[in-house]
Amino acid sequence: MIEYKNVLTTCPYCGTGCALHLQVLDEKLVGVLPAKNHVVSEGGLCIKGWNAHAFVNHADRLTKPLVRRNGKLEEATWDEALTLVAQKLGEVKTQSGPDSVAILTSAKCTNEENYLLQKFARAVIGTNNIDHCARL
Amino acid sequence: MSDRLSSLRETIEKILPDVDGVIALRTGPGGIVAPYLFSKEHPGELAELALWPKEPVPDTLKIILRAHPDAKLAIVCRGCEERGIVEMFKHAQFSLENVTLIGLQCDQQEVESCQCFKPFTVHAKLTVGQPVEGVRDPLMAKVMAMSQPEKLAFWKEEFSHCIKCYGCRNICPQCFCNICALEDEKWVETGRLPMPNPSMYHMVRAMHMTAKCVGCHECEETCPADIPMAVQFRLIARDVKEMFNYEPGAVMDQKPPQLLVLEEGEYENTGLPH
Repeated sequence: MIEYKNVLTTCPYCGTGCALHLQVLDEKLVGVLPAKNHVVSEGGLCIKGWNAHAFVNHADRLTKPLVRRNGKLEEATWDEALTLVAQKLGEVKTQSGPDSVAILTSAKCTNEENYLLQKFARAVIGTNNIDHCARL
Repeated sequence: MSDRLSSLRETIEKILPDVDGVIALRTGPGGIVAPYLFSKEHPGELAELALWPKEPVPDTLKIILRAHPDAKLAIVCRGCEERGIVEMFKHAQFSLENVTLIGLQCDQQEVESCQCFKPFTVHAKLTVGQPVEGVRDPLMAKVMAMSQPEKLAFWKEEFSHCIKCYGCRNICPQCFCNICALEDEKWVETGRLPMPNPSMYHMVRAMHMTAKCVGCHECEETCPADIPMAVQFRLIARDVKEMFNYEPGAVMDQKPPQLLVLEEGEYENTGLPH
């Protein structure tokens, strides 16, 4: 049985919120199609949206966390990686104060994720050094 | 609208058991429409069959046939989409041996929306809806009445809005080359916006659409800068008709001029300049 469908999603590249369809043939991602009657993008996309399918199965995409050990990146578990990050951030905060940490978040995150990051910066780290890549 | 939708659903229901699938439009989440392959395994999905907005379905046919060259498919196509499918067939993109065309005739409102010159199918044996007359985009007459410097200024202004999204190329069912000149730095400089003007990107596309553009307006519809490209292509199509007596998608067994090989001495008889 041949299966072809379009899965509606939101472009992950910036905060505009353009809609796009991921074209799926026999459960494989084969391309992008704009969503014509969507209120935000009205059938248009920029060059990034048009290529939004390209990274999904790209060979360079990280699928596991990597930790640098002896100058070399090695595969690690999420627990290992997150514990290391927490420990290092804690060290920096204790040694140099909370304002020595800055957090730069992303337009690729959802509103809710961005909210969580500013909460993390202010309530956990204790700094107002929180900014966003869309300002660049 | 609803009458055409019911007739189309009935037509698809009749053919569905005999094919591997029928390409048509389906309404998805939030009322957003997209091409879909309906199959006999899930006939209930036809409740979500949609007519509008139209989509570049000739490309959907190509995607499926590339992976399944022997598939027996039917496709719901409007006049422009049928022309697109015929041109792709002529340029060896797929075989139409196992493909049934279901012609969907556009209604007056749709014709006005696209400013379509020929909003009906001519090859499909199965058709739905009554054909209506085409219209001529008023912008065509406006551009034709311009002087040469005015035309240059008009197109330079339009192309200056381009954000180089490559959407017009990506969505065009007639853009199917494996190697694209628009990705060659020799022609189109990368990393520069606005692009140099007059733009080679748009000049290359204009030349490559010659005797190929079927007037489906998909390029214009996806253009975030609202560049009226289809008008440019229609004007080129007018010249192609005059010079080569060729209309893309109109006659199944007429070879496109780009694929013609002239025998010695034949060129002189074409009446073209030497």
